[in-house]
Amino acid sequence: MNAAARVQTWIDERLNLEEALSPLREKTVPVHRHSAWYFLGGLTLFLFGVQLLTGVLLLLYYHPSAGEAYESVQNITNRVQFGWLIRSLHSWSANLMVFCAFAHMFSVALARAYRKPRELTWISGVVLLFLVLGFGFSGYLLPWNMRAYFATKVGTEVAGQVPVIGHAIMVFMRGGEDVSGATLTRFFGLHIAILPALTIGILISHLMLVQKFGTSVPESVEQEWEEHPDRRKEMRFFPNFFLRELMGWYAALAVLIALAVFLPWELGTKADPFSPAPPGIKPEWYFLAQFQTLKLIPAHILHLDGEVLGILGFGLGGALWMALPFIEVLAGARRVRWVRAGIIFAMIFLASMSVVGYVAR
Amino acid sequence: MRILKNFRWWLAGLVMLAPCAMAEQGKNACVDCHSKLEGNLRVVVEESAASVHGHKAMSCTTCHGGNAEAEAKEKAHGNGFRGRISRAQVTELCGSCHADGERMKTFNPSLRTDQLALYHTSVHGKKREQGDERVAVCTDCHGVHDILPINDPRSPVHPVNVASTCKQCHADGDLMKNYRLASTQFADYSDSVHHEAMAERGDLSAPTCSTCHGSHGAVPPGAASVANVCSTCHVLQAQFFNESIHKEAFPEGCATCHGSHKIKHPDDNFVGLAKGAACAECHSADDDPGRSAQAIHDRLSQFEAQIKDTRGLMDRAASAGMDVADAELEVAQAKDALTKARVRVHTASLPRVEAELNAGRTVAIKAHNTAEEALRERTRRRKELLIPVTAFLAVVISLGAYIRELERKQSD
Repeated sequence: MNAAARVQTWIDERLNLEEALSPLREKTVPVHRHSAWYFLGGLTLFLFGVQLLTGVLLLLYYHPSAGEAYESVQNITNRVQFGWLIRSLHSWSANLMVFCAFAHMFSVALARAYRKPRELTWISGVVLLFLVLGFGFSGYLLPWNMRAYFATKVGTEVAGQVPVIGHAIMVFMRGGEDVSGATLTRFFGLHIAILPALTIGILISHLMLVQKFGTSVPESVEQEWEEHPDRRKEMRFFPNFFLRELMGWYAALAVLIALAVFLPWELGTKADPFSPAPPGIKPEWYFLAQFQTLKLIPAHILHLDGEVLGILGFGLGGALWMALPFIEVLAGARRVRWVRAGIIFAMIFLASMSVVGYVAR
Repeated sequence: MRILKNFRWWLAGLVMLAPCAMAEQGKNACVDCHSKLEGNLRVVVEESAASVHGHKAMSCTTCHGGNAEAEAKEKAHGNGFRGRISRAQVTELCGSCHADGERMKTFNPSLRTDQLALYHTSVHGKKREQGDERVAVCTDCHGVHDILPINDPRSPVHPVNVASTCKQCHADGDLMKNYRLASTQFADYSDSVHHEAMAERGDLSAPTCSTCHGSHGAVPPGAASVANVCSTCHVLQAQFFNESIHKEAFPEGCATCHGSHKIKHPDDNFVGLAKGAACAECHSADDDPGRSAQAIHDRLSQFEAQIKDTRGLMDRAASAGMDVADAELEVAQAKDALTKARVRVHTASLPRVEAELNAGRTVAIKAHNTAEEALRERTRRRKELLIPVTAFLAVVISLGAYIRELERKQSD
């Protein structure tokens, strides 16, 4: 018996890991023409890991105060050994993670993988996406540059438009009436403590639900397998699927490093609350669709404030999206195609509004 | 001229009607009648009410006397009434309030009360005392019934409008001929850097006529005091000029090279021996000062080109995503040094200009090196990138091969 095997036996005798890991050993993943979409969840998880690792490294040098935040990021970029790489990896990985999370969610929605018994898996996944967006919103302010400052100002103002409780939400988010050092401290706490704690908790639940119910198979494939049981194919999660995921993760790492080197994340100029907002201020790409929609909504619709209606509309849209599995049940089997049309409409709407927002001056 | 003279009489007369509209609205007999009259006797109530005097609730009778409450014309025009106030009376009438410190305090404690005294020291005032009725009096510049505070952009004496107000007389060739004065000042000023700053950039601190000539005490600055006038803003230039050899040679000071009203923005070609250079008016390549002037021009141009080159390098590094914040600071210092060196041109001394440029060159070289280092770092990063990317791709390929082998064994 070699040394590694002896250590494994020693641990197993005490913790009985063999039994704990046996469900994973038995776990299988369906193999069919849509199997490639299964890798998106794992890729999002990997990028979240990159975020945690690079985020902890950035924490070693970052100073969360209005007077020092910008300078500390400047120090990370210019002075700290490989600081530029870590910061760029953190920023690029964040954007890729948001992209993968959206892609994962839409692939699940189109495959109708939220069907019974996976409703809770879907809800936890949507909550995770909202948390990821929260990471993006709170992290964007931390370098304390002009773009971040004014984008946060606009973003929190939008929250302030929510009827009745909007102003209270805005003041709570900002730590006062305006975006200031207090906002930075709050966003920092949210970004490095509250959101990670919530995310890790819900992520564990999400993964346990995935493990409990197994991987969903699209209806068309399911039907085909029922008709032709000989065509049913599966692969073991360990090591077959996992090794494939590992390949994707290494490829993602290579892409991330290439992006960090060829397109380093710019720092911009330090935030100056007394200067006018830079022209063409826009939020990050994943908030562009909402931003552009609010811009295009008329000021008044049927004597009601257009912006307020837009915000309420997005709130309602988010709630409906989360309730998708139940809406489908309520709609009945005959109206499933309308639910699918709604999903496709939501995707086209978000994508086109994001493009219009990106191109708009 | 008679018509003009009569017009001015009428105009002066209107001053006295100014506060008519300011008395109690609807109960002011002056307004009741004069708002219905035509021509010079007509009073536009809204115009007068919006004036600075209207805001202070002054009535027609403050200037015109008479009785604003009387309905009958005879009674209204009694009690020390002055219907038409002559130009000769205007300055003293305005001064009766504006030179009275105690009285003015009740309206605006910060307002100066020396306007009348200054007016008497001005060319306008002196000519007026000699009986010249064509020279400017208060109403010519400030207006009559519609007088506005000077900080109101609609006021004819707001900084932006001063030159246009002075132009009314000083661009009138026929009128100026009587005083043997040129009438091109406004045209020249309109083509100057000062006018550009005021009119195009909206810089209200830029000089206009009254900045150099004074307002109420307006006089043309004498040749010896031109430099003093310019030095109120261009302090260092004047100081260096006073230390230079040119101080004795040019009694007109600044105006010798820069002119008076048509002052253009000087660039480095203003120094040296090229066509259009001020130095070339007196010097040539045959004399030492001429060669020195050309050397100053060359050094300034070379240093500007050096900064431009560094800027280009920094832009390349920045567009590649490299941070060049340190170089930004250094290049800003180099630009400061260039500005200081340009000011030192007024010393007419190559070593003094050179000393300033040397300080700038040191920081410009540092900025250049910083930008070059940033570009080298960019190249180094791109080369080093190959190591992890190759390693990761090798892992991907190896994993692919391993999976194939594993699944072949599993299927066996």
